[in-house]
Amino acid sequence: MGRDKTISERLWAAAIWTAVIFFIVNFMAMAATVVINSFGTRWFGAWLPAGYTTRWYASAWDEFQLGDVLITTFEVVGAVVLLSGLFGVPAAYALARRNFPGKQLVILLFLLPLMIPPITFGIPLATVLYQLGAGGTLSGVIIANLVPTVPFVILVMIPFIEQIDPRIEAAARVFGAGTGRLFLHVLVPLLAPGILAALLLVLVRTIAMFELTFFTAGPDSQTLVVALYYAVYAAGVRAGQSIDAMAVIYMITTLLWLLIALRFVDPTQIVTRAKQEAAR
Amino acid sequence: MSIAGRDFRELRLEDLSRSFGALNALKGVSLTVKRGEFIALLGPSGCGKSTALNCLAGLLTLTGGSIWLDKTRIDRLKPEERGFGMVFQNYALFPHMSVRRNIGFGLAMQGKSKDEIARKVEEALSIVRLGQHGDKLPGQLSGGQQQRVAIARAIVIEPPLVLMDEPLSNLDAKLRLEMRAEIRRIHDLIGSATIYVTHDQEEALSLADRIVVMRDGAVRQVGTPTELYARPAHADVAEFMGYRNVLSARVLGGSGSDVQVSVGGAALKGIAIEQRPDEQAIVAVRPDDLKPANDGPVAATVESAQYHGREFYCSGRASDGTELYFCSALPVQKGEMVRLAADPARVLIYAGAS
Amino acid sequence: MTETTAPLPHTSEERTPWRVRLALRDIDGVTLLVLPAVLFVIGLFVYPFLYGFVLSFKPRAGDWLANYRKFFSDPFLYDTIYATMRLALPATIINVLISIPVALRVRKMHRRRLLTTILVIPITLGTVLIAEGLLNYLGPQGWLNRSLMLFGVISSPLRLAHNYTGVMLSLILSGFPFTFLLTLSYITGIDASLEQAAATLGATARARFRYILLPLLAQGLAINFCLSFVQTFSVFPSAVLLGAPAGDTRVISIAAYQAAYEQYDASMAAAIAMIMGFVQLAVVLLVLAGRNLFYRGAAGGGKG
Repeated sequence: MGRDKTISERLWAAAIWTAVIFFIVNFMAMAATVVINSFGTRWFGAWLPAGYTTRWYASAWDEFQLGDVLITTFEVVGAVVLLSGLFGVPAAYALARRNFPGKQLVILLFLLPLMIPPITFGIPLATVLYQLGAGGTLSGVIIANLVPTVPFVILVMIPFIEQIDPRIEAAARVFGAGTGRLFLHVLVPLLAPGILAALLLVLVRTIAMFELTFFTAGPDSQTLVVALYYAVYAAGVRAGQSIDAMAVIYMITTLLWLLIALRFVDPTQIVTRAKQEAAR
Repeated sequence: MSIAGRDFRELRLEDLSRSFGALNALKGVSLTVKRGEFIALLGPSGCGKSTALNCLAGLLTLTGGSIWLDKTRIDRLKPEERGFGMVFQNYALFPHMSVRRNIGFGLAMQGKSKDEIARKVEEALSIVRLGQHGDKLPGQLSGGQQQRVAIARAIVIEPPLVLMDEPLSNLDAKLRLEMRAEIRRIHDLIGSATIYVTHDQEEALSLADRIVVMRDGAVRQVGTPTELYARPAHADVAEFMGYRNVLSARVLGGSGSDVQVSVGGAALKGIAIEQRPDEQAIVAVRPDDLKPANDGPVAATVESAQYHGREFYCSGRASDGTELYFCSALPVQKGEMVRLAADPARVLIYAGAS
Repeated sequence: MTETTAPLPHTSEERTPWRVRLALRDIDGVTLLVLPAVLFVIGLFVYPFLYGFVLSFKPRAGDWLANYRKFFSDPFLYDTIYATMRLALPATIINVLISIPVALRVRKMHRRRLLTTILVIPITLGTVLIAEGLLNYLGPQGWLNRSLMLFGVISSPLRLAHNYTGVMLSLILSGFPFTFLLTLSYITGIDASLEQAAATLGATARARFRYILLPLLAQGLAINFCLSFVQTFSVFPSAVLLGAPAGDTRVISIAAYQAAYEQYDASMAAAIAMIMGFVQLAVVLLVLAGRNLFYRGAAGGGKG
């Protein structure tokens, strides 16, 4: 059936590919604009900047305290990845292996933070965190970011655990492995690829998570995206090239981890795994 | 009875070939099918039989060769323009349509009137004996019933040719036997030609008028079930048709239907199927044709014996170490020495060394 | 016959221990592993939501409904629903509609992974970066305007940023990949043999789409629409950075943000967040109700 024979079929196919290519070209050009501008001396009224320099990176680093921001970002991301694994993996294991009463309700509970956009629940969450004194602190940012990532890890891990034959665990028990050794010698090696994939996806998502961090971060607890937002928001105060230098650093940080993640997961997983649960 | 396969004289496949990149899945397959014939494409998985069927249906494009329905060349037509009925391995019933709408789909696509569709769907339902299930969704039916719907859907458009792709492989053993008889009955009723892909030689033998044995994308032998059962043309076909003893042998003398060979350290008589250029030969014997006899020429030590109700299916080892499979009506013990004999008419001799 | 009719001893044999009874309902040590995560989500998602709900009825001044009354009587506030809808609905519809033919094409590609990888990049980079990039790219001296002028499509630069168009373009740029990948996963979930079967029964490509693919896809598309809509309805960074946050693209999330972080009125902010959630819920329920008009069930071809 893969043959296109009539002229209208060929035209239709050509139109679709044109649309796809148009989309990709525009996106790439947009990204290229950012990169080129960050290296440009002065760029106005021409296709390309008048000259090239790397000084904007130095000035961006100083102006936006990017060293501190990057440290904060990695602290937040590291803690979120670790904690969402600690909360999420055992819960996913229980949900995959047991059919207790109310399980559907629990799954719905984990679906909601993924379906409801962060803007909607971010404001009440930030209000509560500020009342508890965690607002504006690093721990507040970490807690807020965990709200969608814990359910995300659970929903990505459930199908992964389900496809591991439970008889393997039964066999380990029959051969005398206690819970501790079962976990260490049987489950961890079996689950490792799934955990790795889930946590890498959490990592990429958390670097790019703007809304929740934005609502809960104080001046000392901004991550890179939030710092970038404030820089763009206050554009005119700083040189545009400086902002774009920061944008490039952000892009590199994100895409580097994306590349690593893509070695272990199918790209569509980033979007579809958790969302398909919703279709059940 | 008004559902009948569209009339035609013959379907010709001429030198069909299909490659997937470097892999040649089909290498020059030619075949002529007459109206009313039931043809089985038989072969191990990966032999190209499903590729051949998909090319016939138009689901795959040919990379070479042509297909002719009488005087019309059809290999360039899209599947929807060929008008063949096809039964898929997983049935491929439309899960969102009732049984009735599934069966009527092809007629609706032809733009038939509502009355005609309703009438023919009823008739097809009664042919496959599913009268009271017409309004159910496919998901509510058992595997065997889904299979019947798939067949009804394929035959109701009155195709000249019905293509079936391993239609029984998803059913359990008992249902498989039952549906086998159903498929032949419906074929005889409709009168169109059927091309049936299977890897099960028993299915092919019991269903088909002619069997096409395929291997590595090429036709190895075409013949009636009895021909294939009794006289496989090549050693590999014999092996596939249940000749479990395929042994290398040395020709001692004779020709035609009276050839002596040395096999397993003993002399056997048999029929030469292939011309042999030298003394090396391959001997093929069915286990049920090799039986213990007091004066049997082959001596063997019993290694295992499985009781199969009527007979014991045994394996043994000849004096020179050759492994043999044979049948015995009487119980034999492991380690026991037996002498085996075979009717020379059932000992087939092929060229070459295995 | 001396039958001993002594009563059965009352031991644990008659009363099953609670541990066993719980285990029979699949509650044991392993089940308890779910508790930390459940408590976490209840404490930091459900509780804040309920807290916000209650808080929205405790305004700084006035009776319990004062926040909602204020929202729906002040055009500066209630217009934000319209402004958001005006962006979210067209963007979602465009993204979903375009994703269908593209996914149908891409499904037949052999090297799908390259394209899906490229499309994952905009999702990963997020809306803030796309807004910043588009500010340059769509600007009067940006490459897009220059290219259009070079090819003689326009004679003077179009105003594409700091208005409705800019936000709309950013919603498509960041939203389309998400919608597309979701549609693609639904389409590839439909058994290819169903379409082949329809083809052998004489259905043309158009008929196969109309009678086989579309009905089987309907429910996936409905869910896709809901998820995409909910995302675009909560547009924030690009509406601020790339739009006209005081005018055309003053979306509801901006109103909520301003109430919380500029007027420090947590109660009003909570009320706006609740209204935002309610509108999203209403649209989702509407779409899902419409979805039930179509067949819902497995898109496989085999045994149901």
